[in-house]
Amino acid sequence: MSRRRSAVHAGDTRAAWLFISPWVVGFLVFTLYPLIYTGYLSLTDYDVINDPRFVGLDNFRALLSDDKVILALRNTAVFAVMSVPVKIVLSFFLAVLLNRAGRATGFFRTAFFLPKMTPPVAIGILLLLMFNGQSGLVNEVLGWFGINGPAWTTDPTWVKPGLVLMSLWTVGASVIILLAALRNVPQELYDAARVDGAGWWAQTRHITVPMASGAIFFLVIVDTIAALQSFTEAYTAYFGAGNSTYANSAALFYAIYLFQQAFQFLHMGYASAMALLLFVIIMAITGIQVRLSKRFVFYAGDQS
Amino acid sequence: MTATDTPAPRIAESAPLAVGAGRSGGGRPVGNPVGKIALAVTMSVLTLAFVYPFVWLVSASFKPRGEVFDNRLIPRTFTLHNYVAVWHDAPMALWLVNTVYVTVLATVTVTISSALVAWGFAYFRFRGRDLLFGLVLASMMIPGAVTMIPTYLIWHAAGFTGTLVPLWAQNLFGSAFYIFLLRQFFLGLPRDLFEAARLDGANNWQMFRLIALPLTRPALVVVGLFEFQAAWTDLMRPLIYLRDSDTFTVPRGLKSMVDQFGFGGEFHWELIVTASVITTLPMIVVFFLGQRHFMEGIATTGTRG
Repeated sequence: MSRRRSAVHAGDTRAAWLFISPWVVGFLVFTLYPLIYTGYLSLTDYDVINDPRFVGLDNFRALLSDDKVILALRNTAVFAVMSVPVKIVLSFFLAVLLNRAGRATGFFRTAFFLPKMTPPVAIGILLLLMFNGQSGLVNEVLGWFGINGPAWTTDPTWVKPGLVLMSLWTVGASVIILLAALRNVPQELYDAARVDGAGWWAQTRHITVPMASGAIFFLVIVDTIAALQSFTEAYTAYFGAGNSTYANSAALFYAIYLFQQAFQFLHMGYASAMALLLFVIIMAITGIQVRLSKRFVFYAGDQS
Repeated sequence: MTATDTPAPRIAESAPLAVGAGRSGGGRPVGNPVGKIALAVTMSVLTLAFVYPFVWLVSASFKPRGEVFDNRLIPRTFTLHNYVAVWHDAPMALWLVNTVYVTVLATVTVTISSALVAWGFAYFRFRGRDLLFGLVLASMMIPGAVTMIPTYLIWHAAGFTGTLVPLWAQNLFGSAFYIFLLRQFFLGLPRDLFEAARLDGANNWQMFRLIALPLTRPALVVVGLFEFQAAWTDLMRPLIYLRDSDTFTVPRGLKSMVDQFGFGGEFHWELIVTASVITTLPMIVVFFLGQRHFMEGIATTGTRG
């Protein structure tokens, strides 16, 4: 009864709009208007100094025949395809281990998470130093096992694998999310499986993975979107004012090329067209992932 | 977290998953001794792999120029020179001041504004609410690159490029993800509480300020910590908006050091390494201060997102 009355307090609508007004203003000014204006700019030639000049679809035509766009798209795709699955598998493995570590879980969880606190710029620097072909720590460790490590930072074939390996250092957040999901799996399921004679692998495959599939799916989506926009680590390590020593075309990610077009070459119209293409690509990939997930993701009961 | 005698922390803490506390499902620790040893060895190796880069970095920062790359754990020649030199070979102090300024403003403004908006969406029922909240969620899907250029042009037209304003001022308008997160917590508060307060004569502002906000303090801390980290570590926006070295934040300054001392011919990696330690250290401190909130916040993101 009190609930019924509460719905119609006088002045509620006005108060509500007052509370949400910061977001309404921010949405109009910093989301909706920029979205529309990016659409407009993508049809123009604009260098900030002179007025935008309408050029129709020229930017999009130029974009599809720009070798660097193709290169950047390929680099980004290769990075995403390599990094996302490895990241998910590794974080799942770490979460399973943590879940079984008993009393020590807290300590190890902290250790795994800590790298996530490192500023991405510092990660880019660590990448250059630790993966250095001659004196880097990574190759030194590989050397203990008789492996002659590649020139991770200068050999174009190894630049992206180096970036992928470095990105694994910050799986901490994914591990925490998966661990939370594993903790939600009812113990009875495992007890019942054990009674039925299921071993560790069977339990993992038929209980743990399906029960955590919601969280795994969430991470696949989020990590893919992040990988497609990755910028800072690669930019720090391979681009910028002074770089003359490192071969960087292998690290030219889409976000980096977009940034260069917009803010170094001041090709605002062209960069806007690039941004819209990225938007479409991300929406398409996310859409496909959501569709596929319907087949693989198991939701226990009514997921709220 | 201080334990107070208000029911506040209890309510909000029941919401996120208890990540650290008791073990439930599947988390049966390994029983047999062989398994135990294997697990301990694996965990130790992994821990080393995750923590060692920090150790390497700190160790390198105490080495003289010629020994930075020797990969020794204990410096052959231990020196504090880098920690002296880095302050006058680069305007490190100024960069730190700028970063603290931006980070504090960004954190405070986004926490307050997001809480206001979240409360507006959580408590009130008004026409168009679900549609508007749908827009909040939808706006999270838009990649930053799509709004980046017009946003730059707005700040450019307003005369704020080259200043620190564009690095935090948008936070006055809330942030979709934090609004979403805080709304979830507000929805978890018992509605009867507010009906009772209203009968006692509390107005809308008082209900928000005196009841809702204190009860969601842990969630506000989570938002604050997330934003603190985001603001402290951001490179993209300082790259776009800042030109003059005196206005740089530490990540932007660090990047300029890489450009100048790393690639630029003057190889001074020992300074870059030292500056990296100085940039990273505050994040580590913040993490240990707010560890539990960080973990719970992240776990919540995954289960609610």
